[in-house]
Amino acid sequence: MGSGRKHLSSTYPKSTRSTVDISIDVNGRSERHDVEPRTLLVQYLRESCELTGTKVGCDTSSCGACTVLVDGESVKSCTMLAAQADGRSVTTIEGLAPGDALHPVQAAFVEHHGLQCGFCTAGMVMAAVSLLEEIPSPTEDDVRMGLEGNLCRCTGYHNIVQAVLAAAGTE
Amino acid sequence: MIPAAFDYVRAASADEVVAALVEHGDEAKVLAGGMSLLPLMKLRLATPAVLVDAARLTDLSYVRDEGEHLAIGALTRHRDLETSELLSAQCGVLRGVAAEVGDNQVRHRGTIGGSVVHGDPASDLPAALLALDATFVARGPNGTRELDATGFFLGFLETALAPDELLVEIRVPKTGPDGWSYQKFNRRAQDWAIVGALAVRTEGGTRVALVNMGATPLRVPAVEQALVDGAGAEEAASHAAEGTEAPADLNASATFREHLARVLVRRALEQSLV
Repeated sequence: MGSGRKHLSSTYPKSTRSTVDISIDVNGRSERHDVEPRTLLVQYLRESCELTGTKVGCDTSSCGACTVLVDGESVKSCTMLAAQADGRSVTTIEGLAPGDALHPVQAAFVEHHGLQCGFCTAGMVMAAVSLLEEIPSPTEDDVRMGLEGNLCRCTGYHNIVQAVLAAAGTE
Repeated sequence: MIPAAFDYVRAASADEVVAALVEHGDEAKVLAGGMSLLPLMKLRLATPAVLVDAARLTDLSYVRDEGEHLAIGALTRHRDLETSELLSAQCGVLRGVAAEVGDNQVRHRGTIGGSVVHGDPASDLPAALLALDATFVARGPNGTRELDATGFFLGFLETALAPDELLVEIRVPKTGPDGWSYQKFNRRAQDWAIVGALAVRTEGGTRVALVNMGATPLRVPAVEQALVDGAGAEEAASHAAEGTEAPADLNASATFREHLARVLVRRALEQSLV
């Protein structure tokens, strides 16, 4: 029944208002697009940059599935305009490690089975990377509080917390 | 969810923000971190025709020692407050409350000025600034004026800031690192407070403020007066719901909120008076 890929952008009418020309360093690649001002960063990453690793979960900045790094810090990309990221550097799950290599946090999630369905995983990993940047040797409490903005409905968090502690080398 | 269409203006200075506000009147909204405004726009509860992005005004991001008081730039992010050594030493209560806002991702974007101007009674920082008798500095087309935190929050999401004014600075007294407690009750870690209670010792006495117990953040004079009259924490806290108009919603009835206010104020007093 379905007829191929359907862009979200086709589901709402194009505005007649002026567009914004934005340049963003996405995963080390320079991206330049003309976007509507109301374009959300997550929508921009998924549709204009075709990086679909970043997920839209709750769409209300509660669940953290859309977490990416802007200038190295975790943000919820469903609650940020692409225009706000103009001139900045954005890292998505695709850009954490080169090629098929895994970032230490990704490897730790695999090793410690820090996921079940996987929907929250990209956001969870990005939030963890940002957390470890700010607190390189966290306690278990630090990890639990640091990931409070990311919801997982499968795991009960235990293995996620173990994975982050392992990645920090403080297991 | 996609916001309704708007024109986007990126301001390079506070004066440019004010000029845009003068030109577009109440059709325009100022965007700082966007942690309150963007969700409202996505839900189409706010549909500004013009969005004036002020977030690049990095000269409005600072915590400074001004001798008598601390001055905080309106665009200082919660994260920057949370990690400010100056704030930790001179106004620990504000550092501590900033660390309770939302989650890491929210604190990486949200600003103190945005939180104040949004005027949400369920927000953490407005209640703290009310308790601290903060001064808000606003810039408008006719220059700068100072507004007291008392009298600033007029109603639900309504403040004394004029539509053509930009909040540029927040001034708070030096209260030292300790002598405060913020008790935030919620169901999920990152949520808004169902009720929050703050107690802080200042030169003028112990101040008590409540989050989400009315249309605005509230001071609780009945509790403060009871303390002046020599009441202990438990007795003073029994007055915590006086003068409040607690909302009722899915999370809590008004009666339950009043109960929470008394319990949380007692805990806050016990911990701040130690």
